[in-house]
Amino acid sequence: AESAPDPLITELQDWASYTGVGVDEVPYGMPIEFESHVVRRNVEWLTASPISSINFTPIHALEGTITPQGCAFERHHSGAISLRKEDYRLMINGLVERPLVFSYADLERFPRETHVYFCECAANTGMEWAGAQLNGAQFTHGMIHNMEYTGIPLRALLREAGADMSSDKWVYVEGADASSNGRSIPMEKALDDVLVAFKANGEALRLEHGYPVRLVVPGWEGNMWVKWLRRIEVLDRAVESREETSKYTDVLEDGTARKWTWVMDAKSVITSPSPQMPIPHGPGPLVISGLAWSGHGRIARVDVSRDGGITWEAARLGRQGDSKALTRFYLDIDWDGAPMLLQARAMDETGYVQPTKEQLREVRGENSVYHNNCIQTWYVNAEGIAENVETS
Amino acid sequence: GDGTARIAELETLVAEAAAASRSAPIQAAAAPLPDGAFGLGREAHPEEIAAWDVDVLPDGRGLPPGAGDVETGEELFAESCASCHGDFAEGVGNWPVLAGGFDTLDREDPVKTVGSYWPYLSTAWDYIHRSMPFGEAGTLSADDTYAIVAYILYSNDLVDDDFELSDANFAQVEMHNSDGFIVDDRPETEYPAWRAEPCMQECKDEARITMRSVFLVGTPPEGGSESIPNPNRDVALPSFTADGPSFIPAAAPAEAPTAAAEAAAPAEVETADADAGDALVAAGEQVFRKCKACHQVGEGAVNRSGPHLNGLLGREMGSVDGFKYSDVFRAAQAEGRVWDEAALAEFLAKPRAYMPGTKMSFSGLRSEEDLAAISAYLASFGEGS
Repeated sequence: AESAPDPLITELQDWASYTGVGVDEVPYGMPIEFESHVVRRNVEWLTASPISSINFTPIHALEGTITPQGCAFERHHSGAISLRKEDYRLMINGLVERPLVFSYADLERFPRETHVYFCECAANTGMEWAGAQLNGAQFTHGMIHNMEYTGIPLRALLREAGADMSSDKWVYVEGADASSNGRSIPMEKALDDVLVAFKANGEALRLEHGYPVRLVVPGWEGNMWVKWLRRIEVLDRAVESREETSKYTDVLEDGTARKWTWVMDAKSVITSPSPQMPIPHGPGPLVISGLAWSGHGRIARVDVSRDGGITWEAARLGRQGDSKALTRFYLDIDWDGAPMLLQARAMDETGYVQPTKEQLREVRGENSVYHNNCIQTWYVNAEGIAENVETS
Repeated sequence: GDGTARIAELETLVAEAAAASRSAPIQAAAAPLPDGAFGLGREAHPEEIAAWDVDVLPDGRGLPPGAGDVETGEELFAESCASCHGDFAEGVGNWPVLAGGFDTLDREDPVKTVGSYWPYLSTAWDYIHRSMPFGEAGTLSADDTYAIVAYILYSNDLVDDDFELSDANFAQVEMHNSDGFIVDDRPETEYPAWRAEPCMQECKDEARITMRSVFLVGTPPEGGSESIPNPNRDVALPSFTADGPSFIPAAAPAEAPTAAAEAAAPAEVETADADAGDALVAAGEQVFRKCKACHQVGEGAVNRSGPHLNGLLGREMGSVDGFKYSDVFRAAQAEGRVWDEAALAEFLAKPRAYMPGTKMSFSGLRSEEDLAAISAYLASFGEGS
């Protein structure tokens, strides 16, 4: 109990006496000024220019599972462009009976679907191949966001054009920006769950996420989610574009490289406590909170260890997560104030268990750059300060 | 870029596409709607398809007619590309290096250039034509693109300085790393092993912190981030056991040496503190798991893809009978160099730096503790004579 009465309670406060701001003061609201630190952040030295770069979602400071668009990470190859709906055109050509051009208004007349999916950059956690590098969940795991998308199944557009949908065909998708980022998607995936999306979290896509139309490729690496989607081409082979051969390929220890590593495997991270989220109170009740996801389907279980992987206990899922979407987990503990080595380990519905760094390196070496879904470790000291560490 | 040439190129493509559409009956206006179609959208004009469908496939499909030589390419490169990629395609700042890096793919930090890494020439042509120069994408004519690609091949020593690249000889250019890729094999190499019920209790004896964060990251109110080197990186943190954290340094004696360590540690280990030595040997046995695929040690050890390691400390480098050493080890033996703890530590920290040309593909041990432990472990298998 407080030793003296709290003046915030005993004294009349301004906000309880004067009036606040009226409606329409801010026609489209921003987060309150006290939350202005919860923003995307760039690590400048990682890339040559912010025009061709990436920033990080403040996952340490968010809760639940939906990422607000305004702080969802951005990745551009040639900068984010402003493209009006009126100027938007989507072409479908190649192995189709009728090459077609759609306007934005045309797209709005197709039956649409709404789903929640995570979008993770293949490079998320990539720095960690070389050991513990950047101190913060935002920087180790922030190349991810999770939104509710509304759009048209890609298969509807393929059907509209009379595409050859046999299983050995490919769908090449290309953006309208100067990078004309393009990726080849095998027909099986194109017919499965790929969406041509125009809304996220109930509103129009943001400029930085491909307004007015982007592709959503559930469970697959983020660079395939082509923004400002302008063309869909049906082909008899993969294009082997720059992004699919020279960039998003994973070099193994012997120098050979894996290509077409599309799926993002099961992964998790504790978002609080974490280096940017120290424990602000001493011993006693403590909420350990984190995120888990899998490109193969639903998260079935998340385990948490407080001793660096010697002992594990099953965490509580905030709610049963959607397939290929972020799932929130919690472990509610009575913290004794002793240091902890915190780890989380996700398991998805296929039975796949998130691997340790050691397991990953054993198979892949340390030069892969991409697809690092290792178990992450935070060392939390007796003061509640957390640090990114690597453990045996 | 030459805008006139680009327009001429587009006109050619449009003419071709228009001719193709005239001969294709499927383009007839009366074509019935496919099953399940809504009749939305409109048919694309051949001119529109020609303007946007410019991707080039590995087999050369999609390449427009044209040609360009190394010399022209060098001039264009200096003008339009060198500010980011360097005069010799060596890269400026963090911008991509386009040349060199051969034989680095199996080393630490591989240099992935058009020459060392890209498996298809079509990828370079397609990307440069569509997306480069940065900030002026789509302005290069077909001939300019052939010339710049020819210069990049030349800067990688893949063609001579009098080479001219064209749609006619495009397919004959062999890329250095064309066999360097495999299709995603995680379903075979990873998923079966990693779909096992995970351990929940007593999963290991100890969890030791082997590395602290390299950078602390400041998050200023104005946005962005500030990385600073972690001043406490070298300060030891506690190890964890099932009993919780302990502040005993990592290499200190364990409560009880494991049975394996007792069996493995013969009397030759001379140390002031036998318990500490045992613990170090036990730790070394764990580290040695990284070596086991290629090296044997102990009773009955024979050469595998690496030489056996009995009596390693004190023995001449490159001296195990019947093992086919690389040149660098044969030279070391000729010089009479001998394995001691310091040499071993330096070698194992960065094998290819210490013994350039060694066949050993291991990338190296990062931590001082691991190096000390492996040395103690190998020492426990006797001194060389």
